[in-house]
Amino acid sequence: MGQDKGTSQPSEPSVWRDPRFYQIASLSTLLLYGLLVLHFDISIWQIVITISTAQLMQYVGTRYFHLLFFDPKSALISSLSLCLLLRTNDCAVAALAAGIAIGSKFVIRWKDKHIFNPTNLALVVILASGLGWISPGQWGQVAWFGFLIACLGSLVVTRAARADVTLTFLTFYVGLLVARALWLGDPFTIPLHQIESGALLIFSFFMISDPKTTPDSRTGRIVFALIVALTALYIQFHFFKPNGPLWGLIACSPLAPLLDRLFPGVRYDWSNPATGYAPAAVPLSLSVQPQRRFS
Amino acid sequence: MNHIILSLFSVVMSLFLWGTNASAFCGFYVGKADTKLFNKASEVVIARHDNKTVITMANDFKGEVKEFAMVVPVPTVLDQDQIHIGDAAVLKHLADYSAPRLVEYFDENPCVRYELMERRSLDMAKNMAPASASARERDTALGVTVEAQYTIGEYDILILSAKESHGLETWLAENGYKIPHGASTVLHSYLKQDMKFFVAKVNLTEQSKLGFTHLRPIQIAFESPKFMLPIRLGTINADGAQELFIYTLTKQGRVETTNYRTVRLPEAQEVPLYVKDKFGDFYRDLFTQQVKREHERGVFLEYAWDMTWCDPCAANPLSADELKNLGVFWQERPNVKQRGGTMPQVQNVFLTRLHVRYDAAHFPEDVMFQETSDRNNFQARYILRHTWTGTDECPAATAYRQQLRERYEHEAQTLANLTGWNIGAIRHAMNLASSPEGTVRKWYQQLWAN
Repeated sequence: MGQDKGTSQPSEPSVWRDPRFYQIASLSTLLLYGLLVLHFDISIWQIVITISTAQLMQYVGTRYFHLLFFDPKSALISSLSLCLLLRTNDCAVAALAAGIAIGSKFVIRWKDKHIFNPTNLALVVILASGLGWISPGQWGQVAWFGFLIACLGSLVVTRAARADVTLTFLTFYVGLLVARALWLGDPFTIPLHQIESGALLIFSFFMISDPKTTPDSRTGRIVFALIVALTALYIQFHFFKPNGPLWGLIACSPLAPLLDRLFPGVRYDWSNPATGYAPAAVPLSLSVQPQRRFS
Repeated sequence: MNHIILSLFSVVMSLFLWGTNASAFCGFYVGKADTKLFNKASEVVIARHDNKTVITMANDFKGEVKEFAMVVPVPTVLDQDQIHIGDAAVLKHLADYSAPRLVEYFDENPCVRYELMERRSLDMAKNMAPASASARERDTALGVTVEAQYTIGEYDILILSAKESHGLETWLAENGYKIPHGASTVLHSYLKQDMKFFVAKVNLTEQSKLGFTHLRPIQIAFESPKFMLPIRLGTINADGAQELFIYTLTKQGRVETTNYRTVRLPEAQEVPLYVKDKFGDFYRDLFTQQVKREHERGVFLEYAWDMTWCDPCAANPLSADELKNLGVFWQERPNVKQRGGTMPQVQNVFLTRLHVRYDAAHFPEDVMFQETSDRNNFQARYILRHTWTGTDECPAATAYRQQLRERYEHEAQTLANLTGWNIGAIRHAMNLASSPEGTVRKWYQQLWAN
């Protein structure tokens, strides 16, 4: 799906090629549908607090680390994902989650990349501390199919360069679930039912695909996706914990810098999506951009 | 000796009672919807903390007791002292305590107007708060191991493990159990997942010795990270959907399903007064309607409450001893000194009552649960509001009488919407057409009224 030309083309830094616009649109639609039709257990206040805390943290980080400009998009995606997934009765917990998510981008870093996906880290911290929970069963079939189509559509529309990690993860994850069903002699309705979770889609299309926390090279990303899928299923079927992919990604995230070392590639730039192949000429484009990016 | 296999269990039922317990905030309690309303219903109580689990399974098997048998997949081989016979009365108390309820309010004289404030506070209050040597050889040939066998109470219990499902199926058939067609695949899946099988049947000699006429609930205690309920065997031979009531007793908070949608039933809805006489029908049809709305894939929350209180109470909260009987093992039981002596106080027990109507097509997988930190209270509560019938005259009373017709219509529509009942029949039952206010005037009639 990704195109090599993305790296070599000077390309018009078209704002509309930024896949985050499509991500924001599909997440917002899903949240509205969740609120109005599925009656998600979330208050308007929690949504307001989550989004505003995330933006505030992004702004503070931008000023403190002297970034070129304030970019609200990534923080908005993180906060929308939190609204869709995190359930709590306490608005302070929602604020804490948004704070952890965005704060971690600026603080937990290795070689100019943040290590953990912000939403993933926040969710895991809140789950582990027992302050909140995720309702993996809250999605209806209609929402799931609609959202799946929106997610796949956005991959096509934006020709997302980093779709490889999403597709690889989904292929491994679904493939292994089907293999398990075959081994158990279960009907296919069971693995189909198991993947019918909006949380899995958010995870695959918005978390593991985060170009800032996945390996830079395609080989690295494919290996990474496989390891995450295996860990996720191990957690799900050995420890019988729900939300296996979330725990799997958090456990595997520290491997990304290691994979970058084994399979070097080009760092991602949101305005110029690329697959990460590293032809000789490319590092130049990096060197002219000394500014660190925290989006 | 032919035993009919009940995949899980069938109903425990109780009488439909009408009581009148006065109560504080949430209206005057007038009635509850019994589990008896639903056919082919089973009840399970799961008490769980950390990985320690106690499951109580209740039966209201109507046939010949000698034909009764139950097969439940369990995660471990159970010792004799991990199996216990429960008390059906305690389970009934739990069902009564958590039943969907009907409450009533009486409108105040509108000329003395503080009703609105009271209604607001109501909404706020909701949240505050045996085998010979040859038989053994045969077992081995089939790959079936009888891991343990006990006689506990009126039941003969076997714990089976097996190498493969066909062997197990043959073994069960040879030992007089009727196996539904298609069970083999499901048994195979459970065996691969390293599950054992808990098989219980009635020991007629023991039963007559004990003198019980009904089958008492069976309880099992084990440690396992699996927080789930195996329902798949139950869907094989079922003709039509089955009802299951799941009560969970946990320490932290509300329990929900992780692989199916947990849906709160509509609550605090005002319905016409005549529902008082047919609350059972009302609730059954309401439930069916909600099941349809969720495309037959939902698990419904009927009650979620801290065990220390209730408002209004359909039955008193369970005592510490009753909870212990149902498997609540984590209470420290500080004794509260009272005039009449000491009484153990219930603490840290949160009850969740889930109701599911399931079949193989819509519930392909066993039901998995998780405990959340949500301690908000929820109850399926429906409201009757009696109108004020006083004769005082004041502008507020006139306005009150004028809005009554609209309110009745709204109640009729709510009822139709909740239950799927015919709106015309509802209006007829409410005598809406003959209400004193006459028909509602259109906006233009009001505009040019003389």
